Amino acid sequence: MFVEGSLTSDINVRNFIVRNFIPYDGDESFLTAPTPRTKALWEKCKALLEQERAAGGVLDIDVETISAVDAYGDGYIDRELELIVGFQTDAPLKRAILPFGGIRVVEKSVQAYNRALPQDVRKVFDYRKTHNDGVFDVYTDEMRRARHCGIITGLPDSYGRGRIIGDYRRVALYGVDMLITKKREAKNELPRDMDETNIRLIEEISEQIRALQALKTMAAAYGYDIGRPAHDTKEAIQWLYFGYLGAIKDQNGAAMSLGRVSTFLDIYAENDLQAGKYTEEEIQELFDQFIMKLRFVRFLRTPDYDALFSGDPTWTTESLGGMCVDGRHMVTKSTYRFLHSLTNLGPAPEPNMTVLWSPRLPAAFKQYCTRLSCETSSIQYENDDLMQEKFGDDYGIACCVSAMRIGKQMQFFGARANLAKALLYAINGGRDEISGEQIAPPIIPIQGDVLDFDEVRARYSDICEWLADLYVNTLNVIHFMHDKYCYEKLQMALHDETVLRTMACGMAGLSVVVDSLSAIKYAKVRPIRNEQGLAVDFEIEGEYPAFGNNDPRADRIAQDCVRRFMNRLRRRKTYRGSKPTMSILTITSNVVYGKKTGNTPDGRKKGEPFAPGANPMHGRDRHGPVASLASVASLPYNASEDGISYTFSIVPAALGKTDAERESNLVTLLDGFFLEQGHHVNVNVIDRDVLLDAMEHPELYPQLTIRVSGYAVNFIKLTREQQLDVIRRTFHTFL
Amino acid sequence: MLDATRKALRAQSAHLYHTETFGTVDGPGVRFVAFLQGCPLRCVYCHNPDSVDIEQGERRTAGSLVREILRYRNYYKGGGVTFSGGEPLLSHPFVAACEALLAEEGMESLIDTAGLENPEVAAEAIAGAKLILLDIKAHDDALHLRLTGHHNTAGRRTLAYCEEIGKPVWIRHVLVPGYTLDEEALGGLAAYLRPFTCIQKVELLPFHKFGEPKWASCGRKYALASTPAVGKDQLDWAWEIFAKAGFSR
Repeated sequence: MFVEGSLTSDINVRNFIVRNFIPYDGDESFLTAPTPRTKALWEKCKALLEQERAAGGVLDIDVETISAVDAYGDGYIDRELELIVGFQTDAPLKRAILPFGGIRVVEKSVQAYNRALPQDVRKVFDYRKTHNDGVFDVYTDEMRRARHCGIITGLPDSYGRGRIIGDYRRVALYGVDMLITKKREAKNELPRDMDETNIRLIEEISEQIRALQALKTMAAAYGYDIGRPAHDTKEAIQWLYFGYLGAIKDQNGAAMSLGRVSTFLDIYAENDLQAGKYTEEEIQELFDQFIMKLRFVRFLRTPDYDALFSGDPTWTTESLGGMCVDGRHMVTKSTYRFLHSLTNLGPAPEPNMTVLWSPRLPAAFKQYCTRLSCETSSIQYENDDLMQEKFGDDYGIACCVSAMRIGKQMQFFGARANLAKALLYAINGGRDEISGEQIAPPIIPIQGDVLDFDEVRARYSDICEWLADLYVNTLNVIHFMHDKYCYEKLQMALHDETVLRTMACGMAGLSVVVDSLSAIKYAKVRPIRNEQGLAVDFEIEGEYPAFGNNDPRADRIAQDCVRRFMNRLRRRKTYRGSKPTMSILTITSNVVYGKKTGNTPDGRKKGEPFAPGANPMHGRDRHGPVASLASVASLPYNASEDGISYTFSIVPAALGKTDAERESNLVTLLDGFFLEQGHHVNVNVIDRDVLLDAMEHPELYPQLTIRVSGYAVNFIKLTREQQLDVIRRTFHTFL
Repeated sequence: MLDATRKALRAQSAHLYHTETFGTVDGPGVRFVAFLQGCPLRCVYCHNPDSVDIEQGERRTAGSLVREILRYRNYYKGGGVTFSGGEPLLSHPFVAACEALLAEEGMESLIDTAGLENPEVAAEAIAGAKLILLDIKAHDDALHLRLTGHHNTAGRRTLAYCEEIGKPVWIRHVLVPGYTLDEEALGGLAAYLRPFTCIQKVELLPFHKFGEPKWASCGRKYALASTPAVGKDQLDWAWEIFAKAGFSR
């Protein structure tokens, strides 16, 4: 049934896909409506989701069981209706505890929902160390201070780092037995010199094999033998989902992405359709049921964490479309089927639908995507031409914007450094502008009445050099400990033994820094100092070019900031020989970063949110969306290979007069942005009034989804502060 | 094109009111819209009342504007550039120069105008546009005078000129309650337009009040402060009148 030679004796999923997949050039007219079974099950799901909302966001927690791949028996919503089965615990929306990242965080989360950990669970951690314990055993005073003042924030030092994509397709294609055999072979073939590197790798492979065995046990509880390969579409989806389910039972990672599965699954679907085994309705039903499961992924998190990454995100990111290296596009009917769940089940933030866009994708598909964007605001777009060059044609997006070859590459997630604060440290001699505390090693504060551009930039360089050093060292500690105490054994079992590791650093506050430097250079900025000599406010005289107007004066400062910081990161020694990379992405943490940062020389007030990701500051992009897109597209992807996130919100009327015009104008805009080397864009087509109404009447908008930096959220699940931030942001409107 | 010609074209200049990089309502596709300063009309519903003075705004050369537009060219596939205003044909040498420079780069232009008393003077600019968006404020002369302070000859002559040279035209007409949103006025306009073969499309634009704050900021009184914006039902009603005359939406 598969093309000869496509199933090799080694693990090679890409080869299987490329030899078997059938590109689909047509439009969406073949898609089918939800079946009665889908509708009945989704009604039950919706009722559960409503119960969860009414219960304050968390429906139930199993505090008795420490989660593991095979820690639970089976669980269902309705056995009669469910075609694809499996939950993280023994019941839907019941959250598990995963304490190996940090027991204190789990205790805090449990307490936040008025529960307590039982003694015997707590007692385990009197003997068993966690990732979090390990990190704090090694953190220096300087690292603790930097973390406390918020110049480095969101670090995965007390929670699972995530951003690792297991190649879940391997479970379906090869069956777990073969995967175990291959791991055993690999283990035996490793060099015998027992140095630290090899000892660690061999131990890890042993862990991986155990995790694969546990995965079989877990599937067996649902009555499936996944030791053998999947034989049809239903099994392929089920097997693949078991792989993913095992991962989310093993890890509470910040982002637990799915990979790139729809074109892979399409090969099974095409086979079954041709053989007459399933009808189109039945295939769509399987996809819809799969999506329902993905919409039910839940992790237990603390209110602190929610403030950073709001809306209960899991980043179950699925990468759709893209181009094959051989020149064909990789859009299949199942790419449509996956997206069609947004219509059949209504919009939702998860799975995080990510279209790998190329202007060469078929016109019908492009129009279909923009139609869905106009209807649901649930899709993000990323530049496939840009990424294919670096990552080939079998990469996926982890989290929001982080591309990685599936099964061949992983990353050490590094959250982000607050560069706006770094700029204030440069002006204030390394002291924190809010607490006055000396955080960086003392340098001479900037003197004088008017800030001098060259002087500020030189000091800023000094601070960035210190910051890059501290930042990478902090990450080295974190990832050493994560590997040691909270290793992702199942996800890594679904990787090759030799993987490329990246040290994924990030920056926040780019547009604040750029506009500040631009103000210092092109206008007159006078610092206002307090009694301790700290510059706590700034007076701006005159105009300055702001980022987001396609003005080369500002945009060059931005490109320069990105390149320079990346070059500093590149010079650092990294844990496990990982390759330093950087993202310009904040998720919703731009609000928290803003809160922790004083007045800045661009005129931003203390506590005001930063712009999300690489966005220009609110209201400063004055020449329309294309100018704004052009500025963002000018940022160098080569110096920010972990992704550059841009969020674009427009009211429907400004996008065109009719639905058809809006859809094709959006296609034109995306083609243009990606031809200009833009990397990522979230698209929201929505009226501000709808959002204002949803704030007042959340119960009327249970599925209102909007895209924020790199992911989608249920608008009503955002904190009020974040809702206001979203509404305040630039909404491109009429002239 | 000779270097000397190109140099001369680039040196043409005009006062610019504003530029918009994502024009989706002024012509087909996604467009760069250059709004020029200066307008002889004083329309009561004007949404850019601060654009009427031709000496205001930033003076730009055709060379610098075209250079700016070309930076965005990848965003305007299937679209192009719209010259609007103000009244762009008051600056017709500048518009013609931009059009020629853009055409050399493979970009298409169109003009959003209310017409000139003597359209032949702008023959080059009109010839260089792929399409003319012609704003007919009113068909009835008295109504036109009341709406704009001028007689309705400019629009009529420009339409006749386009018909004569075979230049495609989209008619745009704003529906204003108390002025043009009137059965007789609309019927008269539709009947007048019907014979023209150059007309490819009619756009009926509902009156909106987004321009109101600008009137206050340039110290002028907004006569339509109490006029309601036009809703979908009224738009449909107006379209029925045009449909009877054989125009489709």
